[in-house]
Amino acid sequence: MAATDGADGAVIGTGGLAALVRLLRERGRTVVGPTVRDGAVVLAELESADELPYGWGVELEAGRYRLRRRADGAAFAHSAGPQSWKTFLYPQRVRRWSADRGPDGALAVAAEPEPAVSYAFLGVRPCDLRAIAVQDRVLTGGRYADPDYRGRRAGAFLVAVECTEPGATCFCASMGSGPGAGPGYDLALTEVVDADGHRFLARPGTDEGAEILAALPRLPADGGATAQAARTAVAGAADRMGRSMPPVDLRALLRGTLEADRWDDVAARCLTCGNCTMVCPTCFCTAPEDVTDLTGDHAERWRVWDSCFDLEFSHLAGGPVRSSGRSRYRQWLTHKLGTWHDQFGSSGCVGCGRCIVWCPVGIDITEEVHALHAEARGGCGAGGCGCGAAEDGAAEVGAGGVGAGGPGAAPGTGP
Amino acid sequence: MEGREQEHRPRLAVWKLASCDGCQLTLLDCEDELLALAGRVEIAHFLEASSAPGPGPYDLSLVEGSVTTAEDAERVRHIRAVSRRLVTIGACATAGGIQALRNFADVEEFRAAVYARPEYVATLATSTPVSAHVPVDFELQGCPIDRGQLLEVLTAHLAGRKPGIPAHSVCFECKRRGTTCVTVAHGTPCLGPVTHAGCGALCPAYGRGCYGCFGPSDSPNLRALVPLLRSDGADRRDVVRLLRTFNAAAPAFAEASAEVEASAEAEASAEAGASAGGPAEAGAPAGNGDENGTEGPGEDGPRDGRSTP
Repeated sequence: MAATDGADGAVIGTGGLAALVRLLRERGRTVVGPTVRDGAVVLAELESADELPYGWGVELEAGRYRLRRRADGAAFAHSAGPQSWKTFLYPQRVRRWSADRGPDGALAVAAEPEPAVSYAFLGVRPCDLRAIAVQDRVLTGGRYADPDYRGRRAGAFLVAVECTEPGATCFCASMGSGPGAGPGYDLALTEVVDADGHRFLARPGTDEGAEILAALPRLPADGGATAQAARTAVAGAADRMGRSMPPVDLRALLRGTLEADRWDDVAARCLTCGNCTMVCPTCFCTAPEDVTDLTGDHAERWRVWDSCFDLEFSHLAGGPVRSSGRSRYRQWLTHKLGTWHDQFGSSGCVGCGRCIVWCPVGIDITEEVHALHAEARGGCGAGGCGCGAAEDGAAEVGAGGVGAGGPGAAPGTGP
Repeated sequence: MEGREQEHRPRLAVWKLASCDGCQLTLLDCEDELLALAGRVEIAHFLEASSAPGPGPYDLSLVEGSVTTAEDAERVRHIRAVSRRLVTIGACATAGGIQALRNFADVEEFRAAVYARPEYVATLATSTPVSAHVPVDFELQGCPIDRGQLLEVLTAHLAGRKPGIPAHSVCFECKRRGTTCVTVAHGTPCLGPVTHAGCGALCPAYGRGCYGCFGPSDSPNLRALVPLLRSDGADRRDVVRLLRTFNAAAPAFAEASAEVEASAEAEASAEAGASAGGPAEAGAPAGNGDENGTEGPGEDGPRDGRSTP
């Protein structure tokens, strides 16, 4: 099978992409991918590759998202949209169990069966591939694995598509999560559209990926020209990121700036509407919702998406602990970039930029961190806050504190 | 006492003050659940459904409407006195309703303009929520209220638990149902970020901006939202109108609309001064003050009767 592909992978055309969707569906998978709906590239079930957003790009800014027509007909020249894959792997509302009281007063509790769904995700961007890995760690990597997530995730086939067209709000390069695909995919594609045509460099990451790829129609071998073009495009994307995080140890920066004035500044602008956490591909907070019916003999427990921006989220005896917008924004940011490391061994941010785009008032996580960094530099000087301001040279190492990968990982760095 | 209470069906009363009846009708609209409900509670007082009200006291009173007359101010005290639990239903009972627009105007002028014989109409100068007169155990927001939420309040009461009525923003509901944000993707002015959830984000699901019929959320930041509405094309007058509908007198909306109105007037007088020839002082900035209420969940403190005893 893959023996004929060579080290660079295989080259497929748009016909091969159509065959991929067909094949995955024939194997009983629910294929989910990007498609245009309501003025955005959303994620939805695809019946065929014709529904992909061929010829659509996006124009992104803080608090602003617009679709734009593209002349080149590319299918994956858009960056992260309003949803992420957690919509499918970690749905917004899931029943955990239900209970019934019989005529004799005895309670019968029925656990919810594990979901019997077999997804194939087409067009997982490298930032989102990392996000899925982060959620894997959070939801199944510890003592209390989430059976619903595990069930949905276990059978999911991931087709990554590397980024060649970063948005103005993207900063995966500074989080070390893109634009080249890291590990975790079954199949990775890199889209190339140039004078030689519209095609995809395809590389398997798993045996199943190799098996699927072997069954797809290929374009004739081109002596590595497509592979070279793909490498160049992805490397170029790393240089065109619209945003970046300050190249310091973010965990230390946030630990050292808990009382910064900047928190008041951002709180004045923050709507505490929760949009940033809902669009974040790694935010995982939920609330239990107990439902009873009018008879009082039937009860259900549901798990629903919640947010640290919800006033009630920190409601303990006596009221919410984090009553101010300031304390809630700070909780979100310090967890995402700082204490996530302590809890789960990585950053919680993958640089997808969704929180920037989908914040109605355009609060920009990178701008806030730069401002905290600047305040720390101006404020501490001696470096006591641990942000590295006093010794910038040393602090340049370990950008984002996210470990391996590094900016601009070239295509093919995955398994 | 508790044991005996369980043998009886709790007695439900539905009351109406100044209102359109829409929220009461939501109860009759629970067609599939009405029989089950009637099996669990004794609907003792509900003029919309029966003209033979039973005497109090009542275990649960649902109150629709605002207080706009001296008689109703007295009546709401009676309702409280005969009710073990008092739950307001809808924007009128919770925030004063659309009729609270009088709070921003001269009611005498309205009366003279609307009625042929204004002297026959005895009314108060303001429309006020029930909570301005008596303690309220729970406030169910919405104009009208949501049918599912009403059933949840009733079911929770029967089960002796707190109603699961989230007080966060409509944005939560948009994101949960997968609606693309109309503000971010289309530049449509939307009150969703400051509006109480409960409708299921109905308007944005059809491409329209939220117009705030559920009133303020539990932590609305209007000073952050108003500049956004402005940049999405709403002028000051539009913003005031958007905030002054069914929940005009809800404190967060009322303060914001007054602030925008004041800044518009300041600008108008500055312009008048400038056109009169003087180098007039520039008007106040667009209601985006510095000292934002970032500490605390807004200016109204504990609300919604969440600490139901």
